[in-house]
Amino acid sequence: MNTSAIIFYLISAFILGMGILAVTTRKIFRSAIWLLFSLVGIAALYFWMQVEFIAAVQIVVYVGGIVVLIIFSIFLTQQSGKEMPKAPAKRTVSAVLAALFGLGFIYHLIREYTFNNGSGEKFQAGVADIGSQMLSTTEHGFLLPFEVVSVLLLAAMVGCIVIAMKNKGTQPVTDQTKEA
Amino acid sequence: MNSVPISHILFVSTALFCIGMFGLFTRRNMITMLMSVELMLNSVNINFVAFNKYLYPGKLDGIFFTIFIITIAAAEAAVAIAIIINLYRSHQSIDVEDATEMKF
Repeated sequence: MNTSAIIFYLISAFILGMGILAVTTRKIFRSAIWLLFSLVGIAALYFWMQVEFIAAVQIVVYVGGIVVLIIFSIFLTQQSGKEMPKAPAKRTVSAVLAALFGLGFIYHLIREYTFNNGSGEKFQAGVADIGSQMLSTTEHGFLLPFEVVSVLLLAAMVGCIVIAMKNKGTQPVTDQTKEA
Repeated sequence: MNSVPISHILFVSTALFCIGMFGLFTRRNMITMLMSVELMLNSVNINFVAFNKYLYPGKLDGIFFTIFIITIAAAEAAVAIAIIINLYRSHQSIDVEDATEMKF
């Protein structure tokens, strides 16, 4: 076992440990912070796999964007110091069983399958390679998905504003209307 | 680099996916459920990059899938948080058990 393998196992243990803490802690703000650490660990895993561009995108979009958005919405909607109610034991046990069954099943599949050795070419994922293939109009270019995704982002942005816009005409649902 | 076989990376991403699945099953708060979904999407991204690097190092298709998944996850998180804030305004709660108007 050399240094690279040791680094990989350390990063993996970090990701999984932080992930487990993120889904089991009962304080919602701490949960968001553990999720942040787990995402940073995944960025480190991308650095370890030498895909620096994806690692940078991971840090910028997930750590800098989505987690900050989640923390904002926690502050807007929750008392962040309060503990969340504990899940019923039946639900926890069945969720653990489902997760363990899925893990064992897929682990068995992965272990039995023999992967080929790859084509032996050198792996080049520099920003220049990614950019020129993404914007090329030839057969293996990704120009059409790029444009479709840009329209999707625009639609999502407009949709968010329309959904979250304050509508002065409607009243919030009170307890009486809930009962009816 | 080559001292770690691809199956170990796949095992890590499977474990992360199952952690996200566990969170999605046990949590009833919409923000924490969204966080579990983000964990699952990230585990899929690790898979794509690992397959690209180990099995088809001459191509970049896995990288592009990862980029598009990250983009769509960002859009999805933004829309989900807009819905959560709207739900909080009308119900004063973001627990999924409290939004039962359309329950059969």
